[in-house]
Amino acid sequence: MSRPISMLDDARVISRDDAQALAKKILAMSTATEARVIINSTERGNTRFAVNQVSTAGDSHDLTITVRSVMGKRVGSTSTNRLDDAGLRAVVENSERLAKLSPEDPELMPELDPQQYQEGRGYSEATARLEPGSRAAMTAKVTDAARAASLVSTGYLETRVTANAIANSKGLFAYNRDTDVALTTTVRTPDGQGSGWAGGSSNDASRIDAAALGARAIEKAKRSVNAVAIEPGRYTVVLEPTAVGNLVQLIAGAVGARNADEGRSFFTKPGGGTKIGEKVVDERVTLVSDPYDPETLGAPFNGEGQPTRAVTWIENGVVKNLNYDRYWAKQKGKEPTGAAGGTLKMSGGTETIEQLIAGVTRGLLVTRFWYIRPVDARTILYTGLTRDGTFLIENGKVTKAVKNLRYNESPIFMLNNLEALGRPERVSASESGNAGPAIVMPPIRCRDFNFTSLSDAV
Amino acid sequence: MSTSRRDFVRTTSAAAAALALAGTRADAAERASRLVVPPSPGDPAVNELLAKALDAAKASGASYADARISLGRVQTIFTRERRVGGLSDNETFGIGVRVLVDGSWGFAATSELSPDAVTRVARQAVAQAKANKAPGRKPVTLAPAPGNQKGTWRSDAKIDPFTVAVEDKVALLLAANEAALKVPQARFVNSSMFFLKDEKTYANTEGTLVAQTIIRTQPSMTVTAVSKDFKDFQTRQSNDIAPMGRGYEHVLEAKLVENATKWAEQAVEKISAKPVEVGRYDLVLHPSHLWLTIHESVAHPTELDRAMGYEANYAGTSFVFPPEKVLGKLKFGSPLMNIRGDRSQPGSLAACGWDDDGVVPESFDIIKNGVFVDYQTTREQALWLDSYYKSTKRPTRSHGCSYAQSWADVQFQRMPNVNLLPGEKDTSWEDIIAATDKGIAIIGDGSFSIDQQRYNAQFGGQLYYEIKGGKIVGMLKDVAYQMRTPEFWGALDMLGGKSSYQLGGAFGDGKGQPAQSNAVSHGCVPTRHKQINVINTGRQA
Repeated sequence: MSRPISMLDDARVISRDDAQALAKKILAMSTATEARVIINSTERGNTRFAVNQVSTAGDSHDLTITVRSVMGKRVGSTSTNRLDDAGLRAVVENSERLAKLSPEDPELMPELDPQQYQEGRGYSEATARLEPGSRAAMTAKVTDAARAASLVSTGYLETRVTANAIANSKGLFAYNRDTDVALTTTVRTPDGQGSGWAGGSSNDASRIDAAALGARAIEKAKRSVNAVAIEPGRYTVVLEPTAVGNLVQLIAGAVGARNADEGRSFFTKPGGGTKIGEKVVDERVTLVSDPYDPETLGAPFNGEGQPTRAVTWIENGVVKNLNYDRYWAKQKGKEPTGAAGGTLKMSGGTETIEQLIAGVTRGLLVTRFWYIRPVDARTILYTGLTRDGTFLIENGKVTKAVKNLRYNESPIFMLNNLEALGRPERVSASESGNAGPAIVMPPIRCRDFNFTSLSDAV
Repeated sequence: MSTSRRDFVRTTSAAAAALALAGTRADAAERASRLVVPPSPGDPAVNELLAKALDAAKASGASYADARISLGRVQTIFTRERRVGGLSDNETFGIGVRVLVDGSWGFAATSELSPDAVTRVARQAVAQAKANKAPGRKPVTLAPAPGNQKGTWRSDAKIDPFTVAVEDKVALLLAANEAALKVPQARFVNSSMFFLKDEKTYANTEGTLVAQTIIRTQPSMTVTAVSKDFKDFQTRQSNDIAPMGRGYEHVLEAKLVENATKWAEQAVEKISAKPVEVGRYDLVLHPSHLWLTIHESVAHPTELDRAMGYEANYAGTSFVFPPEKVLGKLKFGSPLMNIRGDRSQPGSLAACGWDDDGVVPESFDIIKNGVFVDYQTTREQALWLDSYYKSTKRPTRSHGCSYAQSWADVQFQRMPNVNLLPGEKDTSWEDIIAATDKGIAIIGDGSFSIDQQRYNAQFGGQLYYEIKGGKIVGMLKDVAYQMRTPEFWGALDMLGGKSSYQLGGAFGDGKGQPAQSNAVSHGCVPTRHKQINVINTGRQA
């Protein structure tokens, strides 16, 4: 198999030395008061399959330079993927020109001095070397099994190799290289009456068990036929880890300190101020973003070059931290949070899925949620639907498939109604199946989950 | 900017030489240098690179190939209150090559634009197509399309937004913010402008070579009002100003400064609006709201790849299935409902001269008098409906719905503008309200969610007004309606006429894996739907 040849290096993405040299060259062209260069080098590969065969596949290679120039107190930013001298000069000049045209920024923060960083550990050679042929072979483990079971599989395998570097005119330089892989599949019965999903993601492709994921989706597809309609209403639910991730990650999207202080967030305290220090969910819930946890590896620096650190958002049900950027931290006399974007891990318990199910007299088992959209930011209330494996639990046992349901619910209410938790695992919690930040969630059982209507969709 | 072909070839040869030296580790930054300044569409240098890629694909065994070189530029300006929060200008340049080898697709893309790099990427696409071959595979075949397409096309933009001074754009946004902030309790204002210019040249092995310049523009504003006790906040988004395939004239016509006061007052009014009582209401839907309901419940389920299961793992399938049982038979909605696919309407987001299969798009009926009659298709898909087209004495050809969001992404079926046609009588928004006894009027799009087969949906809006006895009697809040698609469209009993027709739309229509964004408009008129279920979304934290 031929593999993409890059001018950049033997590796598929830019190396630390090359990134440093490139950044230095760009910064030397700058006439700005302060300048920052961000280098984003990516190699992406994907293989899609539908109707039990590969439908499309693609590989792409790109390297983008972003230059942020500060002229006095004015800021402008430009990016390009033209790396010849003319292109580099143009990106620098254009950012300076934009900055000059911009009004002075009263919230301008100075560029950071050089920082110390931990080593990023998110790079996996197994992922970086996954060729189209190996990808096709991996997806065949799903499609062959589905065909053998007279079912129809559709799915997506994506790999991403990324190198990011950031440098500024004060001598700061940071570099990180990492990989992501995600495999998701939806297996349906030929008559469209059953549908099952399974998915997984990792930074390391050797940790994705395609055959096991395929088997899970196949089993769910078979079990989900002949779904019966039930009345919408409040149900005790057992949510699989993916379903928990679908909702709990929404909390991480609402932790901005500034919005809370400004009165436009769930984390706003009635009367003013924030809910830091207040108990908002069950005391068994702790939510952490830790880019150095082997299960949630992330970048050692953020977009400003600030070193990232482990941040506990909620500890034993109590709001511990909100996210302060450098400007808002200064306004409020706080330390900038330094959170690593996207990764999230929730505390768990020891119960297995079967044990969680055994504790339900009448309720539902949910595989995942879909089309999750905000309804009311005041309560982090979202709507969406169950999908690809929704089952009725009666007297501690899964008894039949049920039609899908729409919910209007908040992860905050859900985590207040918590009954029991299982062991956390890494999930593929994005609706699109794109490889992304690590989300590690337990399965949970909670009561009074609010389903508002029934869907005929399979 | 463009370079002469000679300079282009010379520079790229230099880049090729640099590649050969890459192993010597001379100067790291120099090795990273690859390319020349971006030429404009139709530049002979671009055409030559495309020809090179197609030749390499054919020589390696492709039965069909196409290639796209595009230079995409995006400018965004973002402000909050009296401050510019972000000002950025981004460009991306590269080539994507798609090949068909023994009925299997392969695609590869790179931002390295040199004769060697495009040759390599074409071979890479072929190798990938070969890797995807498997025993018993059903081959991809393409419906016939007129080849040898030549020409250029440009969006209906009177003022190229990239020629307008940034300081004028900033001044306009800050003036609009100032107007909004004069309204007491309107505490926060975000406003922004987004401009895109994609200069794309497409060639295929059937002799087509076309260059297009696509321009898109969106001004927008959000005003947030916060209650004095910090217990409530409400926002008003300016989404009645739609994104358009137009130039800076669209920003000027949006009259942001003049409208900002009204939007701010409406945000404040929402705080004290009456929470809706749950129940069934006659809904009167403004085009600025309805476009999104059409997008989700009509446009998506009539995509043929979805119906055939190709998108089952993400975007989903469709209730409009199987084709042989629904084409010409499925009663989708009331006889008042006529839906057409279209990529020709000037200023619409999906407008183009050729799609990314090199096909001139046609306007086509999707729903005729309430009955479903056709799907959206590409060249790969049109043949799937061959027997239906033959039985209805129509040619089997693509409707021209192929699209890729950038050079780095493979093209696939994306919706055209999917429009609800006006009624025969020239009924107005006011006429429909006057004819309604107990209802809710909804303006602007808000929260939206729909299941993976497009049956069950829930929509909110920006503004909700209670209608009693043919009159608007006050503002409501916390409104969302839940619907089942065929019943909702079956409950359509009034619609506006020609003069009430307008375009809504979005840049972010998501589909595919990796997820790609499509930009699409939906033209429509106001409608009334009888007895739709309304819920109250407000809950106490």
